Amino acid sequence: MIRYSTDPVAVTASNWGWRHAGRSRFAVRKLDLDIQPGERVLLLGASGAGKSTLLAALAGVLGNDDEGEQEGSLLLDGGSPASRRGRAGLVLQDPDSQVVLARVGDEVAFGAENLAVPRAEIWKRVHRALDDVGLDVPLDRSTSALSGGQKQRLALASVLAMQPGLLLLDEPTANLDPQGVIEVRDAVVRVLERTAATLVVVEHRVEVWANVVDRVVVLGPDGGILADGTPAEVLGEEAARRSLAGAGVWVPGWKPEVEGHLPGTAGDPLLSTRGLAVARTRRGAEVLTGVDLELSAASALSIVGPNGAGKSTLALTLAGLLKPRRGRVTAEALLECGAGADPARWRSAELVQRIGTVFQEPEHQFLTSTVADELEFGPRRVTREPESSFRPRTSDLAERLRLVHLLTANPFTLSGGEKRRLSVATMLATSPDILVLDEPTFGQDAVTWAELVGLLRGLVSGGGCVVSVTHDADFTEALGNRILDVRAGGVVQRGTP
Amino acid sequence: MSSDLLTPSLAGNSVLIRANPLSKLFAAVVITGVVMLSIDWVSAAVALTFEILLMPLLGISMRGLLLRAWPLLIAALVAAYGTALLAEKTGAVLLHVGPVLFTEGSVAAGIAIGLRGLALALPGIFLAVSTDPTDLADALAQKLHAPHRFVLGALAAVRLVGLLVEQWQTLGLARHARGAGAEGNALVRTRNFLGQAFGLIVQAIRRATRLAVAMEARGFGAAERTWARKSTFSPVDAWVAAVGLGIAAGAATAAVLAGTWTFLLS
Repeated sequence: MIRYSTDPVAVTASNWGWRHAGRSRFAVRKLDLDIQPGERVLLLGASGAGKSTLLAALAGVLGNDDEGEQEGSLLLDGGSPASRRGRAGLVLQDPDSQVVLARVGDEVAFGAENLAVPRAEIWKRVHRALDDVGLDVPLDRSTSALSGGQKQRLALASVLAMQPGLLLLDEPTANLDPQGVIEVRDAVVRVLERTAATLVVVEHRVEVWANVVDRVVVLGPDGGILADGTPAEVLGEEAARRSLAGAGVWVPGWKPEVEGHLPGTAGDPLLSTRGLAVARTRRGAEVLTGVDLELSAASALSIVGPNGAGKSTLALTLAGLLKPRRGRVTAEALLECGAGADPARWRSAELVQRIGTVFQEPEHQFLTSTVADELEFGPRRVTREPESSFRPRTSDLAERLRLVHLLTANPFTLSGGEKRRLSVATMLATSPDILVLDEPTFGQDAVTWAELVGLLRGLVSGGGCVVSVTHDADFTEALGNRILDVRAGGVVQRGTP
Repeated sequence: MSSDLLTPSLAGNSVLIRANPLSKLFAAVVITGVVMLSIDWVSAAVALTFEILLMPLLGISMRGLLLRAWPLLIAALVAAYGTALLAEKTGAVLLHVGPVLFTEGSVAAGIAIGLRGLALALPGIFLAVSTDPTDLADALAQKLHAPHRFVLGALAAVRLVGLLVEQWQTLGLARHARGAGAEGNALVRTRNFLGQAFGLIVQAIRRATRLAVAMEARGFGAAERTWARKSTFSPVDAWVAAVGLGIAAGAATAAVLAGTWTFLLS
């Protein structure tokens, strides 16, 4: 076995804090933390506790005095992170935003090139890194042709080629399907066994990492450290578990409580498909064929299946946003109400009153500069309701989704959970009969998750229809386990309609 | 227009694939340079003829070319027709129907414009289909010693441009779902288009910012850097450069001998 890591890194934070330029509040403050070389640390904390800020600081990419104010000190092996270029390797949450180059081999080599490693040595490192993460593809494979799990393993290989003594993972599996989560976790375990590098990983879903790490550190919401110890100590004690769960952490063996319940029987049909085949673009390949489906009032459906099977494309077609490639999507009289039977031909204003779609990336759907305008955009500007009629509804939504204190904020400045809540609220503002959601729980903490599920249950028991593309088995179960399983070449329905 | 126009499509071992991007760039620049300097049909026709004759040797099939570049052919035809219709009417009248008047002079000008457009476009297409942007960046930085921060920044940007096409489609669907679809009267449409364009810019900037952080985290920005792949010249490159020069010289000579050379600025 080749140990190709140089020595693992020690981390020392003394009274460290960081305030981003233009913010009044410190993102992290009063942090005292010692991490021994080779330790494997899971870093937890509520949204906004500064976990990502700490990782960015350790990676040396927080920037200089223009970009924020630092207090105390944060050192890698006794030196500033910026002076330890290449000693820390950072993998981020979004698989797509960290790919630099077009080919797998070049991508892995990039970091080593920047560290001025000699050419022959670079290629040795590239092969070893790809081997370690188990990414068995040709070096000239296009980086955009990889799946989410493969892209995250590529990102891991790319930092491994720099031979870092400190591995920093910022929610590396939050956007992956269950298969991808296991792929990436196992790759990290293999790498750590081989290199003995220090690990700091941030992740809401604790159970993925609980058996891999030997220490759990919980950051307090107002600075400092809430808890610090072995996984058994921190996660085993009841009071600690409760406080972690309250902060939105997914504590193993615990499920968030969800309000509301689902109606026993579905209502009248709203939308049906016959022999439906879907494709992402007008001339693109058919990704899914032969879908016969009925969506009824007061029901929920979860579309599940592996990545690339066409789940999102099907959802967008059901939502009237894409034209069916073959077959039909038919809106029943109860839904169409004079707009015609083909949802793909509805005008925007007709669509928002009938079918709402929440995209995976909330930012794609933000249209205005304040949360209040965003909530009122649909009823005020699209369907042109009188203010007296929509005001109670939007106020109620703002209240239920805890957006009231954010009404004057810019949607783009919200946290991930807040953005998700807003994007759902904007869709509900025009009271559609059907709500389609694409991966609504990706990367959400447990508190946001429970709110979302409670809200969707409320919609269903109020007579609405909820269709979700999801990999989240807990979510599917909480919404009644009616499943459309999409696999290459076919669909299987399970559960009672 | 799809993003794959930016992706090299040639496979195998043709001359163009083996050549260094810089020699291809050199050949393309001299040929297009000469064709651009003169508005006449002889130089354009000679250059275009050689370009087409060389296609099998370069490993480019006519069918593949037409599939990718047919809009250019149509553009060239439209440009030729428009020029023939509007250019100075000299020489004998060839066709006169109502307001439509073609003369020998105007038709010759139209043909020259059409041929010139194609002769200018083909070298660029040959370069694009046969060159991986990464190889070009390697060559620019290692052989021409262009600043590597700039070259690699541009390379990362080129990749993001390809992704913008997809992003635009997603944004369109997402906005339609919000009630801001591409419909209604011209004013509403224009407003929605501008809104979507702004949304695309916002997304592009956010994406670029995240990418910059990812690059920095991988040590990008240091003064010293090595290159995993060495950019090399081979005898093929001498041939590519020489043939490029030859075509350029041949086109110019033929036009001068035929007396059709019309310098652009004269």
